[in-house]
This record gives sequence, structure tokens and C-alpha cells, in this order.
Amino acid sequence: MQVFLQQLINGLSIGAVYALIALGYTMVYGILRLINFAHGDVYMVGAVLAYYLSCWAQKHVHSTVAALAIVLAGAMIGCAVLGFLIEFLCYRPLRNRPRLVALITAIGVSLFLENLFQYDGIFGANPRQMAQLIVVKPIVSFHIGGSPTAVVISSVDAITLGLSLVLMLALSWLVLKTRTGLAMRAVSFRFDTAALMGINTNRIISITFVIGSALAAVAGCIDAMRYDINPLMGVRPGIVAFTAAVLGGIGSIPGAVLGGLMIGMVETLLKGLILPSAYSGFADAAAFVVLIFILLLKPSGLLGKKALEKV
Amino acid sequence: MEALPRNKPLPGWLLNLTLLGMMAALLGLNAVVNASLTDYAVEVLIHIGLAMILAVSLNLINGITGQFSLGHAAFMAIGAYTGGVLMCHYQPAGWLGTAAFVGVTILGGLVAALAGLVVGIPALRLRGDYLAIATLGFNQIVITCLQQIDSVGPFTTGGAIGLFGIPHHTNFFWVYTWVLLCVVGIWRLVRSGKGKPFLSIREDEIAAGAMGVNTTFYKVAAFVVGAFFAGVAGSLSAMFELSISPTSFNFMRSVEIVVMVVLGGSGSITGAMLAAAVLTYLPEQLRIMPGPLHALADWRWVIYALLLIVMMLLRPAGLLGKREIWWTRKRRPTPLEGPT
Repeated sequence: MQVFLQQLINGLSIGAVYALIALGYTMVYGILRLINFAHGDVYMVGAVLAYYLSCWAQKHVHSTVAALAIVLAGAMIGCAVLGFLIEFLCYRPLRNRPRLVALITAIGVSLFLENLFQYDGIFGANPRQMAQLIVVKPIVSFHIGGSPTAVVISSVDAITLGLSLVLMLALSWLVLKTRTGLAMRAVSFRFDTAALMGINTNRIISITFVIGSALAAVAGCIDAMRYDINPLMGVRPGIVAFTAAVLGGIGSIPGAVLGGLMIGMVETLLKGLILPSAYSGFADAAAFVVLIFILLLKPSGLLGKKALEKV
Repeated sequence: MEALPRNKPLPGWLLNLTLLGMMAALLGLNAVVNASLTDYAVEVLIHIGLAMILAVSLNLINGITGQFSLGHAAFMAIGAYTGGVLMCHYQPAGWLGTAAFVGVTILGGLVAALAGLVVGIPALRLRGDYLAIATLGFNQIVITCLQQIDSVGPFTTGGAIGLFGIPHHTNFFWVYTWVLLCVVGIWRLVRSGKGKPFLSIREDEIAAGAMGVNTTFYKVAAFVVGAFFAGVAGSLSAMFELSISPTSFNFMRSVEIVVMVVLGGSGSITGAMLAAAVLTYLPEQLRIMPGPLHALADWRWVIYALLLIVMMLLRPAGLLGKREIWWTRKRRPTPLEGPT
């Protein structure tokens, strides 16, 4: 029970990061029907920015909260600009082309970012660690049923969960309560009709990319606190988060969060509880097995709407 | 082919005889190449040949049938591990070794084709980008399994470190014999009456189905044939490199093959061959060049990526589009090519 609860908390914390990335995938897919392959690399750029900003903040800023705020805000702004540029330069000229053309372009952008950051002058291929702005320590720990080891929520986990909750609430406010959000929903519902109703679709698409990239940047900052940073770190979380988006029903914002949390928990539970330790490496493949089964059995996902094929 | 009227194709026996003649010529060429070129040059030639098999076989799936697959390296891995593990375990020598090499290479292809059948079945339900992501998932699953499994029964597979001590068998002759078989095989498949459904699925799957094409069968067939040759290429490369590791068949490898197909022109067999040759030769050439050009080899992947983006923005059909290398722009498209 103690192990189960601990793994559940770890799973939630990892799943929240997947959910943040999955939101970007699902919003872009909802509007453009494009798998933004470069999204995982935007997350990587977020982590790299967090690395550089944290090195700077450690020297110049003395308050922990201020340093964290600078790192987060800087990474979010940087990635938002990057997301805007990717859309403006690479996807916008291809708006009316077949979807596969845009998909291959997205793969190209992804490869470009991965390899550009492997260049030594920019970041280098070797993994680096972010300057430690906050100490990873348990802030909540409690015992269950007289078990000797405690269930622990660490500071990073708490920040992750708190931050994701706030951002997801902010996003749902934006999408459900503002005029921009209304326009976003309209564009994702019927692209052409929305344009005829006077919505500036290009502006809405840019806003979608900016928001999605900023969320990915937050995910990048969080994982930079937990893991090593390297230019290829975005590949796996990118695909896993995409799986999460598909699992929840691509195009559906609550679905992305649900899918992210579910995949995070499945992975950690498999790794820490279900599979014997000699086989725990197989848990890495779990997300992909889930992906293929979802695509085969229910391609519209848990909360998605069934799309009709029109000739 | 070009000079003949289209309604009167060459008889099959003549083509097969030509094929045999070309293979015999390759045997002679093999001796010449080995005698006159440096080991390094032969190595580059072999890499080009392997890239050609991979690009042409992926072209059948991606370019000709229009099923965007991002998991071609997984089929290659399956072939490489089938061939490599068996040869590593039994270490046959002499003429037996050569016979085993040929058998094992075909077996590698067949096992990969079986995997192609398994992956082809999802292709029945998935289209476009969904299929791409599912095949990518398949690639990741294969790599993860190879990394986790150290041995199967008495056979060592090496796990994450990789498999070493595979005997050397692949040479110029064998690689280009398979290039010949792959190119001629796929060429004749696509140009035959049985091959037109492949193209019809690419052009419009729903219309093709409405016209009575069994789209399910042809999509799976494309995967099986493409996977077979990828498996062969994998087995050949295992017995050339003498060691294999799971990570060399990762997603990047798949993308590399996709770049070749896309750059050459999706659907153009000669285009895929040309792109395979250029993209394999160029980095090697850049590496031995002095001065600033040398640095370009380090930037190879950045350049690949930029090329891919620029290509998609300016000329999404690829260098040759759906044409073959000798079809000029002015010629009216035949019904087979369709409007480009």
C-alpha cells in the first residue's frame, strides 16, 4: 500500500509533465490537424533555456522564488517566440498543402532543433545539469497503516503538481471564458466557416502555437530540475505526450490532461510495482503499446469525438 | 524500355535472362572493384548499395502506395538480428558459410516480412499521420525489446550493448545483387497490372476502393514486400559491420531513409536510388575534404533537416517528383503516372 501510494504520487508528477506537453499537441492538432513533431523539441529548448537562465540566476539573484520565476518566465517567453517562428516560417506557407507535406516539414523542424543544439557552440551533445535553485527534499511525508517507510511528496513534485494545476486552470479559463478562446474553439470546430465569420484564423493559430509552446517550456523547466538536459531529451517525452493526447482523444483539452496523467501512472506503476525489476526496462515500451492499441481499437480516444470521413 | 511502345512490353524470359546476365557481370565487376579501389572506397560503395535497397523498399510503402511509414529501421533491425544472431551462433565456414549467408539473408527478409504483415494490419485502419506515429511506435517497441533481451534460448542477442563477432560475408557482389533484385523486383511489380492498385491507393484510396481495388490487400502487400527488402538490407549490413546494436536502428535511422525517399521524389524509384547514393556519398566526401568544407560534415544533420524543410516548402514532390530519371518534363504523362 505504501509503495503503491508513493508510485501513484510519482506517476502523477510525471504524468502532469506529459499532460503539459500533450496540451500543445492536442491544441495544434485540434486546429490544424497536424502532428507537430517539433513540439517535443520545443520542450527540450525550454529545458536548455532553463539551464542557461538558472546558471545566470544562481549568480545574480538571491531569492529562490525570484530565481525560479525568472527561469520559468524566461523559458516560457523564449519557447513562445520559438513556437511562433516555427509556425510562421514553416507551417504557414504550407497551410493548403496535403497534410503529409506539413508532417514531413514538422519532422524536419524537429531534426533541425535536435541537431542544432548538439552543436557545441549552442549546447553540445553532452548531458548537463541545471544549477540547483531549489533543494530536492521531502516537504510532506506521512505514514500509512504503521508501515516503516513514509510516503513522501518532494519539493519538485509539489512544484510540478501546483504549477500544472494553475496552468491548466488558466488554460481552461482562457479557452472557455474569453473571446480568444471562443475563436479558438470556433476555428477548431470548422476552419473555413470560422474564417468566413470574420475570425482571423492565422492570428488564432499563432496564439495556439504560442500557448502550447509556453506550456511545453514549463514542462521542460520541471524536467530540467529532475533529469539531465541534453538535445535529444525531447524525443521520448514528445512521443509519449502525443500518445497521451491520442489516448485522451486528440483535439480535446481535458482529454490531454487525463491521458497524460494516465500514461504517467501506467509507466511508473509498471516500473515500480508490477514488473519485476529485471524487466522494468520494458516499461519504456508501455506507452507505445498503449498508443498502437488505442489507434487500433478506438482512434477517437477516451474523450474525443468520432470524425467522419468525407469524400 | 523507352523506345518500345507501351502496349508491347518485353517478354518476361528476356528480362529474367538480362537479370542473370547483369548478376554475372556484377561478379566480374566485384573482382575489378576489389582489385582497383581502396578498401575505403569499396566500403562507401557498399553503404550506398545498402542505402539504395532501403530507400527503394521504403519507396514502395511511402512513395508508391502512399502509406507514410516511419518504422523502416525496425524491419532492418529484425533482419539484421535474425541474420546476425544465427551466423554468430553457428559461425559456419567455407562454402557452407556462404550458403548459410545467402540462406540467412533470405530468412532475415522473411522474418521482417512477417513483421511487415503484423504492422500492415494496423495500416488497414490508419491513415496518414496516424499511421506514421503508429509505425514510429512500432520502431520504438522493437528497439526497447532488443535492448532488454540478452538472449533467446541458446542464441545470444547482446541486449543494449549489442552483438559482436558476426562473421564477415557481405561484399560488393552480394550487396549489388540484392540492389538489382530489389530494384527490378519492385519496378516490375509496380509496372505490372498487379502493381497499378498500389498507385491507385496513393492517388485516392476511397476512389480506388470504390473501383473494386482490394485496398486492404495491397496496403499489407506493400508493407510485406518493403519489409522483406529492409530485412535483407539489415542482414547484409550485419554481416558487413560485424557488430550490431539496437540504437543503430532507432527512429533517426528511419528518418534518414525517409529523407532519401522524400528528397528523391516520393514514388520515383530512380529518384530514391539517386538520393540514397548522394546522401551516403556526400558526408563521406565532406569528411575527407580539407578546410571549411570539413566542418560541413559535422553539420550534416542540421543540413539534412534544413534541406527537408526547404524541400517541402519549395518542391514538396521531391527532386524527381513521380517521374523516373529519364522521363523529361515535356512528355505527356501516361495514364500510369497520372497528372503530376
